[in-house]
Formats: sequence, structure tokens, C-alpha cells
Amino acid sequence: MSDAARATEDDVLRVEIVNDFIEVRTAIEQVLSGLSPANLSEEDAGTVQIVLAEVLNNVIEHAYADSTEHGPIEIECRACPDELELRVLDQGLPMPDAQVPMGKSHDLDVDLMHLPEGGFGWFMIQNLTRDVKYFRSGGRNVLQFWLPTGASGKVA
Amino acid sequence: MDLSTEIEGARQIITVNDSRIDAAVALEFKEKMREETESGHDYVILNLEQVQFVDSSGLGAIVASMKMLGKGRKLALAGMTPTVDKVFRLTRMDSVFPIYASLDEAVAA
Repeated sequence: MSDAARATEDDVLRVEIVNDFIEVRTAIEQVLSGLSPANLSEEDAGTVQIVLAEVLNNVIEHAYADSTEHGPIEIECRACPDELELRVLDQGLPMPDAQVPMGKSHDLDVDLMHLPEGGFGWFMIQNLTRDVKYFRSGGRNVLQFWLPTGASGKVA
Repeated sequence: MDLSTEIEGARQIITVNDSRIDAAVALEFKEKMREETESGHDYVILNLEQVQFVDSSGLGAIVASMKMLGKGRKLALAGMTPTVDKVFRLTRMDSVFPIYASLDEAVAA
């Protein structure tokens, strides 16, 4: 494990990357490797991957949309019984309306050519997490949420 | 992004020889799918047995590939691993593709 992923004395795992899609892979790897003492099931590890990928992709695509320089993204993760507490912090643009998108389910009963090719991210995040909160702190965006663990192998 | 093609009778099997179709490679995947499917086979099986993870960008790129084939041609998905399967089920995109548990099953269908 690199220095970027380390459990501190308060048991919060911290990982830092910059706004590049390839770095999202690194962040996911480091978080999952840092969480190995929590013995996540394969299903839960998959959920962590899905949620982190969508949250981090959103930061890169939207918060750092205009960014020509490398912007930092910090991930903080704490393993609690039956859930993970996660915080993602960035120094990019604030979220529009300071609101977390609810994420809507798409109408798929449409002509082939009208099938959606995007807009799945927030829907999956909202589906797989609880109590998603967004706020600004010290000029940074903070997204905080809980991810239930202990999955038995079924999609909720 | 490494794709390889095999022809099985009237069908084309495209195998993804990578473990992820995510935002870092989604555009490249779409472009390679365009090249691979130029041959014009009516039935294309996308073999996802080696793919461990697909994010929403990767999912969008797979949907875009199906649209690229157009109405007369079909794209079937084979060998989805558990996390990939979860992404398709969550977004209900599992309802728009023919899906087979393995490549063998897709070829036998």
C-alpha cells in the first residue's frame, strides 16, 4: 500500500488522487486494500467500487469541468459495524443549487435509438447508499454518505 | 482497450481482453467496437467474461455500441461477472440486451 492510503489513529482511511479518470482506478484499489481488515464480502466490495467510481467520475466531470490544472480529490473512509462512512472532498466548482441530484430511473421502453447512454451515476449512488449530504467547507465540496455492508448477494 | 474478434458461422464474437470498461477507456471502447463491427455481422456477441467492472460511462459505451449496430442487427452480452451484472440490473439495462451467463451459452443459443 502506498503512503496515500493509510489508516490513521482515528481509523479513518485517507486516499488522495488528482482529477484524472485513470486515478479513479487507483483510488478504488487503495480504498479496497485499506479496507481489507473489514473483510468485506465480494458483493460489498463491488458496491464500493460502483459508488466510488460514480462519485469520483462526477467530481472530475462536473466539479473540475473547467479545470486545466490537476485538482485534488480526497477520500475518507471509516468502517463501522454494517456500514462504511465515506467522505469525498474536492476543490472544484460547487454543485448546482447546492443540491445532491436524486438520480432518476430512465424509461427504457423506448425506441433503440432513444435509449439513454448516460445519467445512470446518481441513480446508482442513491440506490446503493443512504443519507447522502453535500455541503461546502473551507472552500471545498464535501460529499458525505453511508454505504451499508453485509450484503447477501441481492440487489436491493 | 484490447478487443478480439472470432467468427462463429453467422455470428461475430467480440471478446474484451481487459478487466475494466470505465470512464478512462469508454471512448476508446466505443471506437474499437465501431471498427470491430464494421464487418457487418447481424448478430454480435460481446464476451465480458474477463471484465470485472463497468461504470456508468462503460455502460453508456455498451449501449452506444448497440445503437451503432442499428435496428437490423443484434448485440448480445455474455459472461457478465457479478459486479458488472449488478450495474446492469440496477439501471435495468439488463432488460434491453439479450444476456447469456457464459459465452458457451450465448453461442449455443
